[in-house]
Amino acid sequence: MRARVLVRPKAGILDPQGVAVERALPALGFEGVANVHVGRLIELDVEDPSQLREMCEKLLVNPLIEDYEILEDASA
Amino acid sequence: MRFGVIRFPGSCDETDAVQACERVPGCSATLLWHGDADLHGVEAVVVPGGFSYGDYLRVGAIARFSPVMESVIRFSREGGLVLGICNGFQVLCEAGLLPGALLPNTGLRFLCRQIDVEVVRASMPFTADCAAGERLSIPVKHTTGRFYAPPDELQSLHAHGQIVLKYAGGHNPNGSLHDIAGVRNEAGNVLGLMPHPEHAVDPLCGSADGLKIFLSMAHAHG
Repeated sequence: MRARVLVRPKAGILDPQGVAVERALPALGFEGVANVHVGRLIELDVEDPSQLREMCEKLLVNPLIEDYEILEDASA
Repeated sequence: MRFGVIRFPGSCDETDAVQACERVPGCSATLLWHGDADLHGVEAVVVPGGFSYGDYLRVGAIARFSPVMESVIRFSREGGLVLGICNGFQVLCEAGLLPGALLPNTGLRFLCRQIDVEVVRASMPFTADCAAGERLSIPVKHTTGRFYAPPDELQSLHAHGQIVLKYAGGHNPNGSLHDIAGVRNEAGNVLGLMPHPEHAVDPLCGSADGLKIFLSMAHAHG
């Protein structure tokens, strides 16, 4: 099964990449942009999707500083 | 004392760390390969700076699972002295041997400069050769050095005297919370710091203040 793991900086922790992007967009003429955060997308094929959570907790994510979301794509 | 300095693929400060250890009278140092779980009887471990495993995924995240680190975790639980410098600090945090995490510098830039750190705790085993409040001139060089811990953990660090080094006033280069430059574990036998004491062991390089960390470790060992 194809799965995606979305990793985001935890809310409340300063995200300087998000801040930099948020400042860059208006400079290009894009107005009305707020709350920009930059995270990470991990795509993987897994035989046993029930292991995904443990993979996240052990390696893919640092739960102290990051939140994550697992998206499973049954059609793929 | 026999120091062991780990070499991961992507380490770059391990030879300076070996030289720093060897400058301590009566001490020797040997390199430990990341793929070898045998610590070869060393009496203290240094996890050096660099970009272990290319810093892929997150800094320190993959190095933490290398065979040698499993042995270092056991070694530390038995009370062995472990010093993590820069990337080594990041690896020790990922391994759960030290509290907190290191995040990208607030300025997002790679920093390389001489800074002053203040010794918060002058005690065994890492800072006994310093005076409390003493300033050490030591270089930093990193992109991911902003120390972070959640509020309750920060409080606990203060309460248990685990903050060993902080950036002197006006010297915090990366946005670290509470100006924290170095923390130890609760038992006190594991220290991680972002500045590089191994690059400050000879006046010819601008400062020999970093040597005090290695001298302290040797004296603690007796």
